[in-house]
Amino acid sequence: MAVKLSVQNVFKIFGDRTDEALKLLTSGKSKEDILNTTGATVGVQDASFDVDEGEIFVVMGLSGSGKSTLVRMLNGLIPPTSGNIMIDGLDVANCSQEQLRGIRREKITMVFQHFALFPHWTVAENAAYGLKVKGAKPAERREKALKALDQVGLTPWADSLPAELSGGMQQRVGLARGLANGPEVLLMDEPFGALDPLIRREMQDELMVLQKTLKKTIIFITHDLNEALLLGDKIAIMKDGRFVQVGTAQEIVSNPADDYVAAFVADIDRGRVFTADDVSHAPETMKLGTDTAEDAMRSMEDLNRNALYVVDGDDQIAGVVTYQDLAAATLDNGAPNPVLEDVMLTEYPSVDADVQLNDLYGAASGGLPIAVTDDKDRLVGVVEPEAVFAQLSGNGDDAETPTETDTSGKERAHV
Amino acid sequence: MFSPGDLLIIPFDDWVNDFVRGWLVPNFRPLFRAAQVPITVVLNGLDNFFNAVPMLITTAAFALAAWKWAGRGIAIFTLLGFAFIDMIGLWPQTMTTLAMIITSVLFCAVIGIPVGILSARSNLMWKIVRPVLDIMQTIPSFVYLVPIVMLFGVGMAPGIIATIIFALPPIIRLTNLGIRNVRGDLIEAAQAFGSTGWQMLIDLQIPLALRTIMAGLNQTLMLALSMVVITALIGAGGLGLVVNTGLGRLDVGGATAGGIGIVILAIVLDRITQGLGEKNPANTVSLRSTLFNIFRFKGSSPAAEVKKAA
Repeated sequence: MAVKLSVQNVFKIFGDRTDEALKLLTSGKSKEDILNTTGATVGVQDASFDVDEGEIFVVMGLSGSGKSTLVRMLNGLIPPTSGNIMIDGLDVANCSQEQLRGIRREKITMVFQHFALFPHWTVAENAAYGLKVKGAKPAERREKALKALDQVGLTPWADSLPAELSGGMQQRVGLARGLANGPEVLLMDEPFGALDPLIRREMQDELMVLQKTLKKTIIFITHDLNEALLLGDKIAIMKDGRFVQVGTAQEIVSNPADDYVAAFVADIDRGRVFTADDVSHAPETMKLGTDTAEDAMRSMEDLNRNALYVVDGDDQIAGVVTYQDLAAATLDNGAPNPVLEDVMLTEYPSVDADVQLNDLYGAASGGLPIAVTDDKDRLVGVVEPEAVFAQLSGNGDDAETPTETDTSGKERAHV
Repeated sequence: MFSPGDLLIIPFDDWVNDFVRGWLVPNFRPLFRAAQVPITVVLNGLDNFFNAVPMLITTAAFALAAWKWAGRGIAIFTLLGFAFIDMIGLWPQTMTTLAMIITSVLFCAVIGIPVGILSARSNLMWKIVRPVLDIMQTIPSFVYLVPIVMLFGVGMAPGIIATIIFALPPIIRLTNLGIRNVRGDLIEAAQAFGSTGWQMLIDLQIPLALRTIMAGLNQTLMLALSMVVITALIGAGGLGLVVNTGLGRLDVGGATAGGIGIVILAIVLDRITQGLGEKNPANTVSLRSTLFNIFRFKGSSPAAEVKKAA
């Protein structure tokens, strides 16, 4: 995917003696030292990252970590002290006011923590604000605003005033205002931070649904790691103005860069971070019709498994055979080679690769390995029940189960 | 006992005399004379207009405006009050005073609102404007009456100029305050969507500051009314002249009549402009609460009275 937004070595220092402070900073002085010697406050230090088109890049940090400063530099609300912020070949950090206005009108819009809706305008007028600024005709503004409001499910409230709406609805207006412009990049500064937890969950889910169709490039700021892990294709964790770690949710949870990240990760809901794909391994299967019960038992002994999936000629799952059943069948019949078809169970748990571990508990408690299937119902992986629980308890990689798809896990340092 | 005055006597009054008489007046008198032309034009136009329109029509117009913006009680008060003024024979003077007030407030708004906006947008501007306003508000008006007479002569227009100087500060202060008080995150949102300074001013800052600006306009109006009597000293007419004449002849009745006229005009104008500044016009104020409100004078908004009345 193409890189949409590229941030290179961006620094932000607040205060009068920024040059001096910048020099001290590059020579390795700490934030506190610089504050003491020059009186300048370091907001963001040496942030570099690329955001691909259609990706949600989440910046997570506590208050004072510089995340809000960072996002405001991306659209020039706060000019960076040094560095480059490239969007489509234009440098936001070094361009004229005129160019900056153009970028804000055409390419980047923003959603604010406290909504920042204009209280004297109706919902539709608020949603159309970006278009009004661009000089669009009233009819066109109204039409596009209504379309954006429809996306967030607020069409019936188009002519209400913001004050008549609940917090969640107001933020939907904020989102509609950001979308009505048809921007390429959407900056979201703790958009759900001011909402109560239930509404927040609802909005997160809605944003994910919306993003599936919109495929906007989104920079999302949050102080909630669970939110970051849920939404982010890539996540940056910020502390004291510096990126501590950048990676996918799985990488951050399974391989925290330092104690700071590890302390955060300790509290998160691992069941929502990892998917079936993360704990599955490549399937060893028996071929229906060709492999015998004896072959199956030998394979299980070799692989140290209790059960194996049986597939037909088209890679479709026919069923699952367990060691117990095979052994029983062999003994009972006295016949040397019972066919797999007679012994196998045709009731088996099956999930998609992107199902969260949270939703695997039921299937895993059955004791049978869980089949991971693709959209054509072909077997692409198998999840051992123990692997689910091992991953949830944070020991996923120490477990004996080979996790061939989870490469990051192998580099994991012990916490 | 020693005091600094033993060492040096500063002839400050002579310096000011030299500055005003020796330099300002000879060099700039024509300029100042020309500057009062627009004021004279507007004032004469309004004065002729209000004195030409029949009393009943003016009263009806004011009563309707009062009904629309300030409630039924004030409308009735306007009718009775204006009738009373007419019956004590001061209608033409009241209309002249009204023309003077409207002219002063108009010029105050034309000067004050832009200055207030500029002060709100630039801290440097506010640093310069603020002490000037402080001086304007604290210096006794008699002090600048003399140079005004020297520069502009006597008459109506110099009176208006003195009134403008006296009444200008509140509208500048409150415009500045209103614009500065527009929430920072809204300003940020406007910037983030790429609006220009003008767009932000028109779409966001002025609409949201409007109530505060209207409060400033109301204060300016009240100050202008209180200046009416003083400007009569330098030849402005109207009700102020009636009061002054009464004062000069120790004619208690005449002075009181003029004073009552000013008070009635003040109440009507104050309530109408206050109502304009409120979001929801208080249409349901009862006469009882209106009278109550009148005697409480300024300070409480009609909206608060509505709650009490209900």
